[in-house]
Amino acid sequence: MAPISHGSEWDFDLVERYEHAIAATAAEFKLDTYPNQIEIISSEQMLDAYASSGLPIGYPHWSFGKAFIRNEQSYRKGYQGLAYEIVINSSPCIAYLMEENTMMMQALVIAHASYGHNSFFKGNYLFRQFTQADAILDYLVFARKYVMECEERHGVEEVEEILDSRHALMNCGVDRFKRPQAVSARQREARKQERSRHEEQLFNDLWRTVPHRDKEDSVTEKARYPEEPEENLLYFVEKHSPNLAPWQRELVRIARKMAQYFYPQIHTKVMNEGWATFWHYTILNRMYERGQVDDAFMLEFLHSHTNVITQRDFDQQGYHGINPYALGFAMMCDIRRICEQPSAEDRHWFPDLVDTDWLKSLDFAMRNFKDESFIAQYLSPHLMREMRLFTVADHTGEPVYLVDSIHDEHGYRRVRNMLAAQYRRENMQPGIQVVRYDRDGDRSLTLRHDIYRGRPMHEKDTDEVLRHLGRLWGFNVHLESVHPDGRLESFREWRR
Amino acid sequence: MLHIIDRRLNGRNKSAVNRERFMRRYKDHIKRSVKDMVAERNIKDMIQGGEVKVPAKDIAEPEFRYGKGGDWEVVHPGNKEYSAGDRIPRPPGGSGEGGGGEPGSGESVDSFVFTLSRDEFLNIFFEDLELPNLMRTTFAESMAKKMVRAGYVKEGTPSNLSVARTMKTALARRIALAGPLKEELARMQSALQRALDDRRPEDEIGALRDSIVHIQHRLRLLPFLDDVDLRYRHRVPQSTPTARAVMFCLMDVSASMDEHKKDLAKRFFTLLYLFLTRKYEHVDLVFIRHTDEAEEVDEDTFFHDQRSGGTVVLSALEMMQKICEQRYPASDWNIYGAQASDGDAFGADAGKSARFLRETLLPLARYFAYIEVPDDIMRRSPLWAEYEELAGHHGVFAMTRVTRANEIYPVFRELFKKETS
Repeated sequence: MAPISHGSEWDFDLVERYEHAIAATAAEFKLDTYPNQIEIISSEQMLDAYASSGLPIGYPHWSFGKAFIRNEQSYRKGYQGLAYEIVINSSPCIAYLMEENTMMMQALVIAHASYGHNSFFKGNYLFRQFTQADAILDYLVFARKYVMECEERHGVEEVEEILDSRHALMNCGVDRFKRPQAVSARQREARKQERSRHEEQLFNDLWRTVPHRDKEDSVTEKARYPEEPEENLLYFVEKHSPNLAPWQRELVRIARKMAQYFYPQIHTKVMNEGWATFWHYTILNRMYERGQVDDAFMLEFLHSHTNVITQRDFDQQGYHGINPYALGFAMMCDIRRICEQPSAEDRHWFPDLVDTDWLKSLDFAMRNFKDESFIAQYLSPHLMREMRLFTVADHTGEPVYLVDSIHDEHGYRRVRNMLAAQYRRENMQPGIQVVRYDRDGDRSLTLRHDIYRGRPMHEKDTDEVLRHLGRLWGFNVHLESVHPDGRLESFREWRR
Repeated sequence: MLHIIDRRLNGRNKSAVNRERFMRRYKDHIKRSVKDMVAERNIKDMIQGGEVKVPAKDIAEPEFRYGKGGDWEVVHPGNKEYSAGDRIPRPPGGSGEGGGGEPGSGESVDSFVFTLSRDEFLNIFFEDLELPNLMRTTFAESMAKKMVRAGYVKEGTPSNLSVARTMKTALARRIALAGPLKEELARMQSALQRALDDRRPEDEIGALRDSIVHIQHRLRLLPFLDDVDLRYRHRVPQSTPTARAVMFCLMDVSASMDEHKKDLAKRFFTLLYLFLTRKYEHVDLVFIRHTDEAEEVDEDTFFHDQRSGGTVVLSALEMMQKICEQRYPASDWNIYGAQASDGDAFGADAGKSARFLRETLLPLARYFAYIEVPDDIMRRSPLWAEYEELAGHHGVFAMTRVTRANEIYPVFRELFKKETS
């Protein structure tokens, strides 16, 4: 086949022809995607999109201005290039292409975003569970309009206060598990009858003679609200805050929806980027094999691709931890390798994976995991050796760091577990729950921080967030830090 | 099915509103930064806008996160020589990079720096400064006459004739005058027709025919264009405040004025200049230096050329007045004066200067500022003593003393502060 084009210039016709070729190749690999929409934007617009976390429509807030200024500053000074693309988890899936890109870059972005990320958004269970791709754009429009209406009616300052407060609580505004569907009245009635029938069957008059629990005790039991701890602070505030006006409640709800929308992205960073990178690499290589792109295209492509998946060693300058693109790409490739050319070691470690159809296995992995479980399941000794992964332990009270385990026979499992744990939520942020709302008393709200491995909370920030929470709640707010054995470590308070 | 959409033509400045929100929120910080800049940097550079630093801790968005301490394990790539059980000394300065510690390096950046555009900078710079006594002396603002269009009139010179308007009026007049006649004509013609049909007597028909001819004649007599139709474009003179200002910089360059004092003076002049450029479309600068006699010089000579000699303040003031008379008539120009001196004046000079200022210059000027850069802040200079009497009487005169560079800006604000009331 003749190459689609030569040289780096692009035009709309070419973009369309490349897209066709990429679509055909993607279909060959059975990638299942939302419909695509490609938008060409300028670099200024890219900066704008950056500022609003990649969303095309945002409500006005100073923190976005701050992000914008920061990005603009470092872009203008040349500290930072712009991302080649931004892709939005929506249906149709919108990908932004920058006008400054070369034709090769546009093709890369189409393969990466419009087919890689797009199929991930559509297939991965977290995205399926937590986001509604076809509704998000409408919701963004609604959110923007609502916020601006509120500003008009209640004043910019007033709205900004609420927005600030809810931004502070944004990462505690996520449901990690699906809320049960509301039970209808008839179902509840049926359930009640079922229960009483069950009780009748078990009735034994002897129980009457057993001493009862203290009356007083049961009173405090009744006063305890909520019955179960609630970790979604924004949800609790929205539903129960004693003195939020309806419009303020709605603003809190918008923040919660946004946080929920971003939740899957945070927890599938490695997989998502790895998947997209793997597919742009695989698709473009296939096109090269068929002669649809020329050598110059391929060399330029390999240059960009290599930049993306560079993983610096821990002792190299510019090391910022593990590069999700590098790790994800390496793992995806490794799964394919294990399927196609397993070694004896792989047969021992991945008996279910060897000699299966790599396309099916990879698809299964993409659909059913998030970063934590993906790494725990698929990180192979082969890759650990290749990346030379090792674990360093930093424990309080220890005068030195300890090398806990390395990429050897004894360390494989430990390194793998530790790396997986790094992507666990407890590792990213402290676990905070609402444990008590004193409905009948002073209406104070009590939060509990379950101390995880002795890690304290950031002092100043915590007080700040409590202040914000207090503002939303309108009454006193307490935070108790509790050790796993129930010992109280510290008690903080925000008073009106 | 693929949609390719070209969004490049859409709005680019989506973030402008957010940027503005940010600026509004951190106005205090930005103002403080601007003030520092004024105090420590060369004014010439600063005009271009500048970098504003806001401490990162003040703009951090708080969230629940981990602080330092606790047990951490972190996986790193690129192991070279370590094996399990090795001990690595902590880097000096407590917990740092390498062994975990703090996820999210939020604390490493200590200030948030961004650039103000020139306009933003000047806006903040001059915020809540206003032209002195603007309200009270509006009538005294020098006015320039400008002709503006003011509709149409019936009389005027042929050159101002508006043809379109004239034709329109003519058409209207013709319709108005011909209408009734045409109705009459139609009535007559139908009456004639009836008379002919009824075979009425000849004379009756003849009379009708006569009146028809008469009406047709009258219709023909209506002129196509009449004198009353003529319309002329009208122009009236309107006075507008002059958008021109001239600023006189007067400085004592006698030996007692050292570089430091000149620098102070320069800063003050620059501020005033900046301020005026924002207020007026066009600002002229006149530099007058004086020892025992005054001369007009260019800016470079003014600030950098060393002169020695005595001090006669009056000479500079007289020169200013002369230049005003020759080149900058008060009716066309807003005149501003700024005088800098160490206050040394000898004999009757101080008294004469003050009188000259009061009687001749202040009536001309929109504003006159005197700053003194004394050697000793406690000593009352002769010039200061004389000028002090002016301060009370004239709203257009202000004076102050400055000894250090960072005092200039507050003093400037003080001199030009917005009139409350």
